[in-house]
Amino acid sequence: MKTYLTPALAGAAILAAGMSVAGAATLDDVKAKGFLQCGVSTGLAGFSNPDDAGEWTGLDVDYCRAIAAAIFNDPKAVKFSALSAKERFTALQSGEIDVLVRNSTWTMSRDTQLGLAFAGVNYYDGQGFMVKKGLGVASAKELDGASVCVQTGTTTELNLSDYFKANGLTYNPVVFEKLEEVNAAYDAGRCDVYTTDASGLYAIRLTFSNPDEHVVLPEIISKEPLGPVVRQGDGQWFNIVKWTHNALLNAEEAGITQANVEEMKSSENPDVKRLLGLDGGFGESIGLSNDWVVNIVKGVGNYGELFERNVGTTSPLGIARGQNALWTDGGLQYAPPVR
Amino acid sequence: MATPTIGYVSTQELPALPPPDAGRGAVAWLRTNLFATPLNSALTIAVGLLLAWALPPIINWLFFDAIWDGDSREACLVEGAGACWAFVKAKFGQFIYGRYPLDQRWRVDLVFIMLVVGLVPLAMPKVPYKKQNAILMLVVFPFVAYVLLYGGFGLPVVETALWGGLLVTLVVAIVGIVASLPLGILLALGRQSKLPVIKTASVVFIEFWRGVPLITVLFMSSVMLPLFLPPGTNFDKLLRALVGVALFSSAYMAEVIRGGLQAIPKGQYEGAAAVGLGYWQSMRLIILPQALKIVIPGIVNTFIGLFKDTSLVLIIGIFDLLGIVQLNFTDPNWASPVTPATGFVFAAFVFWIFCFGMSRYSLYMERRLETGHKRR
Repeated sequence: MKTYLTPALAGAAILAAGMSVAGAATLDDVKAKGFLQCGVSTGLAGFSNPDDAGEWTGLDVDYCRAIAAAIFNDPKAVKFSALSAKERFTALQSGEIDVLVRNSTWTMSRDTQLGLAFAGVNYYDGQGFMVKKGLGVASAKELDGASVCVQTGTTTELNLSDYFKANGLTYNPVVFEKLEEVNAAYDAGRCDVYTTDASGLYAIRLTFSNPDEHVVLPEIISKEPLGPVVRQGDGQWFNIVKWTHNALLNAEEAGITQANVEEMKSSENPDVKRLLGLDGGFGESIGLSNDWVVNIVKGVGNYGELFERNVGTTSPLGIARGQNALWTDGGLQYAPPVR
Repeated sequence: MATPTIGYVSTQELPALPPPDAGRGAVAWLRTNLFATPLNSALTIAVGLLLAWALPPIINWLFFDAIWDGDSREACLVEGAGACWAFVKAKFGQFIYGRYPLDQRWRVDLVFIMLVVGLVPLAMPKVPYKKQNAILMLVVFPFVAYVLLYGGFGLPVVETALWGGLLVTLVVAIVGIVASLPLGILLALGRQSKLPVIKTASVVFIEFWRGVPLITVLFMSSVMLPLFLPPGTNFDKLLRALVGVALFSSAYMAEVIRGGLQAIPKGQYEGAAAVGLGYWQSMRLIILPQALKIVIPGIVNTFIGLFKDTSLVLIIGIFDLLGIVQLNFTDPNWASPVTPATGFVFAAFVFWIFCFGMSRYSLYMERRLETGHKRR
């Protein structure tokens, strides 16, 4: 559900990326500043949104805090820049922010043409379908002849048409210019099905008076891998962001949680020992201290904890792990080992 | 010479008699105002029916069915719930101060208080010491307000990235208003100047800024500008927006004031020259006071437009009142069917208070300065 315009605009900014900026050693800059400048969205439920006290919370926000914890052993050493979809890549290119964690889809053009590098996938998103429970539909394959509410001018619309064509199904598109209009139309019963990115479906479901009456179907028909982005050309900084992500996954896989991280230090498991910096100098090899994973997990928790707290079943959004489960549980989240 | 007293001539005016009964009281008022003609009566009844149909649900939604207390969305999820005021209550601090640190918010309060204490006597014509007060508000206050809001002199620095809500709305609007009036006057005079360089420069400036949308200005200031600056010179986003808004509104202001200047008859210019006044003197003493008075509605119109345009700073990631209200819609803890409507009603009400206030004050000033030019 990304508009076509964005890459074009960001592409224009690449002119400037040539003469960019931002000296090689982002880590040194960040250490000198004493905080991490992290770009987040201008409000997306569960990923970056303000709580009652006005503090940013969410999955993306916690990634910023995890990186700060890895560097400073202080998850609070972050300053957030709220960026609109149009500004986000220029803000990174111009050095205004150090890292962008803003539900940005990893695509080839963004990865190769903007002078940016995606450091991992912190959330596997993709286009899904939501229907009213009363319809008794359990799979998108049963949607033949349904009327579908969709936002026009987005990849969502194209994916929808491709999917129905590929499966030999018919549908009536009910298109709208704005997301709010799509919401209202679906809520008013003008269509049977609502389609947009799955994370968006869950957020929209919350705004209905009876969220439980709506169900998100299991099919995901497009790939929207969202992840943290850094500037190209600073290998050390890229490694720090990439391995912060991997550390969060590895910690979950090894069963290291915010609560038990101190006990785990006495573990005899060599994997755990390497991860927690008791064996080998993995932290120092990327310019951090060897107990970097301890700092991350103590600061924010492991990936599973982040997920459950912000978007998972213990949060109001109630998103199932699905593709975002660890590979050991049948999901896609797989981190290379620390060794 | 004594006036002879004549017994049957009253020496003083008799008190006026009350109007006849038919012209008094509620019935008469209704008759003249609401039921004067058949069409009038029909319209009255139609509007009355419309109100009877529309008002009760609105009032119910706003007050009787509204949820006043609660800690999360659960409170506002009840069937048939009205406005979710609990949401506004929980987020009220954010709506006013943005993410300004809790323990420093007294500084913002102090600035608000100083603003009111300074502005009210300035706005009331009867209060003396206008000149001193004006100097205080235009020279001392901005400096004190800057130190209080931003920091320095022992106060911890609060970055503008943390400012938000009504605070940002007022800062952008007031800076825009205060900067655009003098700039606009200079540009309007410049555009009428006989000196070709000044005239051309003014025309180019005005036409450029009037020719681009404010969104483009803000967008350029936030996206393109940083790319042309050397790394590290990351000057403040809010400052960029302030400069953009001030220049933008001064171009509009210039054209409004030029309208006033053109309404002044040539005789006024010649009269000023005839009594030996120089250019600046004649402008200051003769032309501008008349011209500005004529265009008060236009000036206030621009102010009100500017005040509402401040919401556009949202697109560069600065959260003004409307922006922070919308941002908080994304808090999953408060997502409910009535949350957005409630937030928008609240924001609209706050904007309305300020705009209505400005509008009423301008009407009052118009009446006070009215010297017979006004067409009734």
